Amino acid sequence: MLNFFVWVGVAILALMVPIIYRIIIGPTAIDRIVAVNVIGTKTTVLLIIIGMCFERVEMFVDFALTYALLNFIGSLAAARFFDRVNPTRLFSAMKAEEPKE
Amino acid sequence: MILNIISIFLISTGLIFFVGGAVGILRFPDFYTRMHAAGKGDTCSMFLILAGLALYQLQVPSLANFLVVGKMGFITIFIMSTSPTSTHALIKAGFEEGVKMWTRDKKNNEE
Repeated sequence: MLNFFVWVGVAILALMVPIIYRIIIGPTAIDRIVAVNVIGTKTTVLLIIIGMCFERVEMFVDFALTYALLNFIGSLAAARFFDRVNPTRLFSAMKAEEPKE
Repeated sequence: MILNIISIFLISTGLIFFVGGAVGILRFPDFYTRMHAAGKGDTCSMFLILAGLALYQLQVPSLANFLVVGKMGFITIFIMSTSPTSTHALIKAGFEEGVKMWTRDKKNNEE
């Protein structure tokens, strides 16, 4: 069973590679934030599996809980940041449209 | 022994969902479709893998193991409620920022 857990951890780690590719080449900034969010969820699972491998789950489960909380806060903060940038863009778009009328 | 087999089955199913999410993030043409793959696949596979690990942990019933399983259940409930929330917030931010949607016309897809 321990072998199985090790291989599941390796598989999750390998599945992070295409998402890192998306982080590097993602066309927009929001794509990158989404990919980081996905990696955070994977890391939450991976931490518990590492705990299973070391047989110290009662310690690693707390790490996973903290990581899930921080991941949520991080993605929400990034989303709010883009929402706050937005009115400036709308305002400049309105100002650019004015001379036409 | 039966619990072992059930937990191996659950964890393997969760890994299949993880593969689906990764392929979707890699290959979908558009921000919105990528978000769909990311949000759904991740939540479901996280639930399945944690369920398998909790079943494996419950083979030795003791107070510490019950605490661990309770914390795992709390992580599951937390991610299942916050992952759709953050997905919604990010999609709203992207939509308001004016990310283009993908269409079948080749003309509209030039970046």
